[in-house]
Amino acid sequence: MAGSNPNAKPMNLTLNVWRQPNRQAKGKIVEYHVKDISPDMSFLEMLDVLNEDLLHTNQDPVAFDHDCREGICGSCALFINGRSHGPEKGTTTCQLHMRKFSDGDTITIEPWRASSFPVNKDLSVDRSAFDRIIQAGGYVSVNTGGAPDGNEIPIPKEISDRAFEAATCIGCGACVAACKNASAMLFVSAKVSQLALLPQGNVERKTRVENMVAQMDKEGFGACTNIGSCAAECPVGISLENIAILNREFLAAKATSNNLA
Amino acid sequence: MLLDSKLPEGPLAEKWDKHKFNVKLVNPANKRKYDVIVVGTGLAGASAAASLAELGYNVKAFTYHDSPRRAHSIAAQGGINAAKNYQNDGDSVFRLFYDTIKGGDYRAREANVYRLAQVSVNIIDQCVAQGVPFAREYGGLLANRSFGGAQVSRTFYARGQTGQQLLLGAYSALSRQIAYGKVKMYTRSEMLDVVVVDGKARGIVTRNIITGEIENHAAHAVVLATGGYGNVFYLSTNAMYCNVTAAWRAHKKGAYFANPCFTQIHPTCIPVSGDYQSKLTLMSESLRNDGRVWVPATKEIAERLRKGEITATDIQEDDRDYFLERKYPAFGNLVPRDVASRNAKLMCDEGRGVGSTGLAVYLDFADIIKRTGAEAVSQKYGNLFAMYEKITDENPYKLPMRIYPAVHYTMGGLWVDYNLQTSVPGLYATGECNFSDHGANRLGASALMQGLADGYFVIPYTIGDYLAQTPPTPVSVDHPAFAEAKAGVQARTETLLAIKGNRTPDEFHKALGLIMWEYCGMARTEKGLLYAKAEIQKIKKAFWSDVKVVGTGEEMNQALEKAGRVADFIELGELMVDDALNRNESCGGHFREEYQTPEGEALRDDENYAYVAAWEYQGENQPEKLNKEELTFENVKLTQRSYK
Amino acid sequence: MSWITKTLTSSIGRKIIMSLTGLFLCTFLVVHLVGNLQLFKHDEGLAFNTYSHFMGTNPIIRTIEWGLVLGFGFHIYEAFALSRRNRAARGTQGYVSNHSEQNSEWTSRNMGILGSIILIFLIVHLYNFFWRARFGGLPKVGGNDLESRDLDNLYLAVVDSFHVWWYVLLYVAAQISLGYHLWHGFRSGFQTLGLNHRKYTPLIKYVGYAFAVVVSAAFASMPLYFYLFTNEQGDLKAAIAAPIMHAVASAF
Repeated sequence: MAGSNPNAKPMNLTLNVWRQPNRQAKGKIVEYHVKDISPDMSFLEMLDVLNEDLLHTNQDPVAFDHDCREGICGSCALFINGRSHGPEKGTTTCQLHMRKFSDGDTITIEPWRASSFPVNKDLSVDRSAFDRIIQAGGYVSVNTGGAPDGNEIPIPKEISDRAFEAATCIGCGACVAACKNASAMLFVSAKVSQLALLPQGNVERKTRVENMVAQMDKEGFGACTNIGSCAAECPVGISLENIAILNREFLAAKATSNNLA
Repeated sequence: MLLDSKLPEGPLAEKWDKHKFNVKLVNPANKRKYDVIVVGTGLAGASAAASLAELGYNVKAFTYHDSPRRAHSIAAQGGINAAKNYQNDGDSVFRLFYDTIKGGDYRAREANVYRLAQVSVNIIDQCVAQGVPFAREYGGLLANRSFGGAQVSRTFYARGQTGQQLLLGAYSALSRQIAYGKVKMYTRSEMLDVVVVDGKARGIVTRNIITGEIENHAAHAVVLATGGYGNVFYLSTNAMYCNVTAAWRAHKKGAYFANPCFTQIHPTCIPVSGDYQSKLTLMSESLRNDGRVWVPATKEIAERLRKGEITATDIQEDDRDYFLERKYPAFGNLVPRDVASRNAKLMCDEGRGVGSTGLAVYLDFADIIKRTGAEAVSQKYGNLFAMYEKITDENPYKLPMRIYPAVHYTMGGLWVDYNLQTSVPGLYATGECNFSDHGANRLGASALMQGLADGYFVIPYTIGDYLAQTPPTPVSVDHPAFAEAKAGVQARTETLLAIKGNRTPDEFHKALGLIMWEYCGMARTEKGLLYAKAEIQKIKKAFWSDVKVVGTGEEMNQALEKAGRVADFIELGELMVDDALNRNESCGGHFREEYQTPEGEALRDDENYAYVAAWEYQGENQPEKLNKEELTFENVKLTQRSYK
Repeated sequence: MSWITKTLTSSIGRKIIMSLTGLFLCTFLVVHLVGNLQLFKHDEGLAFNTYSHFMGTNPIIRTIEWGLVLGFGFHIYEAFALSRRNRAARGTQGYVSNHSEQNSEWTSRNMGILGSIILIFLIVHLYNFFWRARFGGLPKVGGNDLESRDLDNLYLAVVDSFHVWWYVLLYVAAQISLGYHLWHGFRSGFQTLGLNHRKYTPLIKYVGYAFAVVVSAAFASMPLYFYLFTNEQGDLKAAIAAPIMHAVASAF
């Protein structure tokens, strides 16, 4: 049953998939074949087909993270043919469709690689380092209940829009995966600049950037060398400008904060 | 058991304030002696966990995701309602209350809904203070839009990603408490049972998704914020992991399940493209503000469309039927979700559906593009149009969108009283997981409102009332009830692994989904429901003898996780059918074809069905017992909804 | 550790040092280039030797020279420190298939390799000219001119070297590396300092490209010019001089 395009021909594909039973085990690439893949399928639906095949033949299905399949939750995280989230720009794995591939293609599928993102199993990695960075300061310290009226602080639309753009980061980790240095700067900078741009974030501005950068380093992410792969692969288009803002915020905080530690 | 909803006395507008005064308080010095478990970290869970920790309670929060930021609240596009009346257009707490009660077709509790409308204004303040970048006017003040057919502009939004921004706000508040050590966060932990000690909820059993370890966790109270069960239909706009397991296990431990048949079908989703389809994608309801819904005027034209002989743009104006505008001149394309959905289905049933499957109607933007230009349309809907094109490979600027209804939200859920406590003392349910505020149909932009209202502003007060009456002695997992619950979970896991049948969990899920959609979906009949019940029982039997899961329980095993969830969906499915059979009326999202007005609208039976159906579990394969909570309406007049 | 060392050894701190030293070295390149342009003056090296004498003896210049040493030193040290850190961050298991060329520029990913080529060149270059000029080993200019006869004849050493094929090759290769290094490094330095603005960043980028091309091309032109067009004394070969002169003349 074809969908939007009645003329689309089903495809047969070869998949080279990274298989690794658990964090400690050594992994390897295993070759699989899938048949009759509709071009209207999403990439993950194609993997569903593979997994159903594997289950039917008593083999362990390929583990991978996914959830909303709408490109917003940030769960899916596949390195496809040497690119974070595959070949299409501005697209998460779940929104990549098989019409971007051709019959007979060989597709290599790997997990994100970074020492801060250890592999749980197969294509699923542990991204809790991102959570710990946010816990180090990616918030405004307001308790529930004490907030002033929402219209008390007018915020210029332009500033609000820029903060929003930074805030759209989905925390998928494609930036780290694509970066030669496995740097988390784009992720960290998105949160730092969102809160640095907004008046609400101003109170904790200095401690926030100091603590978040310290945590980022502690997690073992690499340093940014302004290569730009991160922004090029970011599925939601977080801009490199945020990294400059982060650098600026960090420098200003270190130079002027009262923190001697 | 008598259902005591613990509604406060007094006039509607004063109930919540009075109640807040009357609830018992926990001494500030004692709060750190209480442990609270929060399961789920979406809007309702993350906001509850953060707020309870801020008060001083020790919180243990659980999610099956790898991070609390991934819950499906994140996918809500449209916005969040609040009775701020910033637009000076006549909004008020009472109007929001009224619209919600009426939109829910008079099947929700007045007191709960009024409280929801009251605290809605605080939610916006709280979120702004957290740094949530809501849309703003050029003057720097918050912007609003009218949404989902509301006559006032009360919806706050952050482009098409309001849910994401609100969830990230709650996640940041939660992260702060994790950093303070007041919340212990357990990620990749799936709750598989509630532990009840001496009639009170005292903990949960979880499975670590990475290691497979089954663990016990004890606390003085347990809050379930585990979302809705729309995935019982297999295809829905819910995320892939969304499931009923936590709520269902609680149900089996004594929590009543209320109004399970109340499911919301959202009219504007991208249609199914093939049988490999794993989920459906919603296109924001805001599209109906400018898009016009139509199908070909005749079956013959539709037939040619489906064969690909002509395209939508070849069809002349006279050969198009703008059926919503024709049937509902006053509201036109902006009729409530259930009405829009049902009419789309009617058109397709008449054979006038479009797309290769014939299960779609057009949502056309040609008029607005002609009127304001493609640029202006792109400003407003650019990201939605891009998403549509990505999925369908069709350009909605040139060809009309194809849309079809899909399951989107479940109004039913665990029965809770005014304090959000289930029928098991110490066990609470918040957000979509409970049944309380939306009646038989939820209004657009109200789900985010309810999740955050429960988590930020209701549960922090009401749970104190319970805890104040619970001694602050440490709880432990030593009680035999924990060992028993853990053994039960282990046994079930082993059973699933031992069956070694021939059909995968997904295949059972699909089979169940087809039955549910066909017979317990947009339109239901007694005959169909009876058939569905028998079919579901067959699926259940087949499942437990023929399901196939490989591997072991002591590793990451996604097929095993899925099998456990499907098993619970099957049981829930049967209860939904029972509930739909019991409710011999049509209301909101529950449309029984036998009960409709001559114009084909839902026909309520307020005399006999103005109650909440709270189902009580009676044991394996036993019919569930129906408990009724009568709904009384003192502040609104029950009327027949009409959008003509 | 004090806050200063903590700041400077953090990942961003190290990058800021890279950026500051890098941009400082860019100014050095300009000064060095302007000075070296004296080579093209057909005065038998008089201007060049005067200039090099000034650079070698002026106390202010000698003080700044220490800054230069530190600039190079830190730039190189931090480069090694960052590379090590970044390799560790990437982890031991690399990608089986990686197409980073589809998302970034080659130069941006290979600053280390480019820098290493420049470093090798720098060592040879320093030994060849700086070391000999500073610590002896160069003949005097000689002749009758009172002002110039006691100057070291660095000019002749340069012209000599620029007639050694492998040295010219190394020099040109290093300048190509320098060009690519600056292609990325110039704008990257501004980005690291947080100097990113939607109005000025495009300008910085194109100034950086122009800077990279002009500086490296100008430096590379020197050995090529002397190798191809002059004799061992630095005088234009007659066979080449005539048509060039003719071309220049007819151009005007």
